[in-house]
Amino acid sequence: MSFLSNLINGISLGSIYAIIALGYTMVYGIAKMLNFAHGDVIMVGAYISFYATQHWGLTPLLSVVVAMAVCTVLGIVIEKLAYKPLRSATSLAVLITAIGVSYLLQNLALLIWGSNPKNFVSIVQLGKISLFNGELIISDVAIVTVLCCIVIMVALTWFTSKTKMGRAMRAVSEDKGAAQLMGVNVNQTISVTFAIGSALAAVAGILLCSSSPVLMPTTGSMPGIKAFTAAVFGGIGSLPGAMLGGILLGVIEIFGKSYISTDLGDAIVFAILIIILLVKPTGLLGKKVNEKV
Amino acid sequence: MSEVQNPTSNTILDVKDLHVYYGSIHAIKGVSFHVNEGEIVTLIGANGAGKSTTLNTVAGLLKPRHGSILLDGQNIAGVPADKLLPRGMALCPEGRRIFLQMTVRENLEMGGFTRPASEIEESIEDVYRRFPRLKERYKQVAGTLSGGEQQMLAMGRALMSKPRLMMMDEPSMGLAPILVEQIFDIIRELKEAGTTILLVEQNAQMALSVADRAYVLETGSISMEGPASQLLHDDNVRKAYLGN
Repeated sequence: MSFLSNLINGISLGSIYAIIALGYTMVYGIAKMLNFAHGDVIMVGAYISFYATQHWGLTPLLSVVVAMAVCTVLGIVIEKLAYKPLRSATSLAVLITAIGVSYLLQNLALLIWGSNPKNFVSIVQLGKISLFNGELIISDVAIVTVLCCIVIMVALTWFTSKTKMGRAMRAVSEDKGAAQLMGVNVNQTISVTFAIGSALAAVAGILLCSSSPVLMPTTGSMPGIKAFTAAVFGGIGSLPGAMLGGILLGVIEIFGKSYISTDLGDAIVFAILIIILLVKPTGLLGKKVNEKV
Repeated sequence: MSEVQNPTSNTILDVKDLHVYYGSIHAIKGVSFHVNEGEIVTLIGANGAGKSTTLNTVAGLLKPRHGSILLDGQNIAGVPADKLLPRGMALCPEGRRIFLQMTVRENLEMGGFTRPASEIEESIEDVYRRFPRLKERYKQVAGTLSGGEQQMLAMGRALMSKPRLMMMDEPSMGLAPILVEQIFDIIRELKEAGTTILLVEQNAQMALSVADRAYVLETGSISMEGPASQLLHDDNVRKAYLGN
């Protein structure tokens, strides 16, 4: 039973990584940049939901909506102010800027919300499910997390294949100039991508803190890095890749912690990443990109 | 040269004294040319002469530093590419640049991005009529097409916006001679159907045989211009670009 329980916990944690990784991978695909501030948007989303439910008296569901709205605006503002001016700069300059934005968000959170960890109250209060005479207990948050992840994946797949904006995003991610020649407004497309990624980050932050309730300004940083790892693991730029990478990463992490060593859990995750990338440098579902001559 | 035609009232595109820089490199040094309605005009010249740069600037992918680009009499210099499509101009870019991970049909739909959804279906059927191969392969991912099919897709995609002025950058590049013939047949057909064409080619022989007028670009400036048939028999052009 403990195996099954670990598997469920792993998939649940992995679903959170997957939702974050989708944001990383979409932004990378379209803006060809690694938005290292993405993890900190998660933290902002969790804080907004925390204050909305605990201090402003909103219902949990409404708090999610507010957090998504705030993060959407935050994502668009970050892109406009920090990244857009660097559209033609070297990728190193953009990377350093992203790390700067990450620290800026963490320190703003420290300034606004203080350094004391908040005790996040789970927004899912449906009660645990007990199976096999109490031998297998599945938490309500785990189920909701996995369901959210599935819904998001289905919605994104539909969005990118069927809607005009989704098509434009795919076109920009393949060839910005050619997309522009089709009449696609590239800047607008990048903005929409940041908006979607950031809204997803809010959802991920709330689910993350619902299952591990300690919320502080650095809460988003480690999950952010792991989700980035998941995106690379699955093949950066690929939506199914981010999904697969996220879930595998979560399962590996929980199994590593349960069966090998609690302390080495994270080390195992990154060791496996290194091995996968040595064998398949484009990630599990990544496509080989031919350099243009 | 004799018979240099000046812009008239049916001029679609009138480029005057165009200067384009890449950083500090002065790539286009005062290029002027014009295209009249219903014509095929070609820019020929050696590698690096500035043909693609000129075309990309007219299409709005690059910003000129000086000069004007008049489309139907209105200056469009510096207007980004995505705003030009609805004004009746399309570029079929160098190296085709089709969306390799999308299907043939999706590529065509992208070509009609700026047009109302209700008109797309009809235009796709038009493209299929012109390029039956694309119809056969409509579900196929574009990256799996052959070079010739990819070029047809690139042309079909550009036609999806129903351009009055179609610009083509090296449509024959990398194709087998038989396919080159086919591509030029299609260019002739497009002209007969009323589309105005601005063609950039390294294959000067083919370009001059299909075009009405031609301009020769040499290191960022126009060195010669005139009716294509005349340039085709010009000794200097023959020596420099036609290999005899």
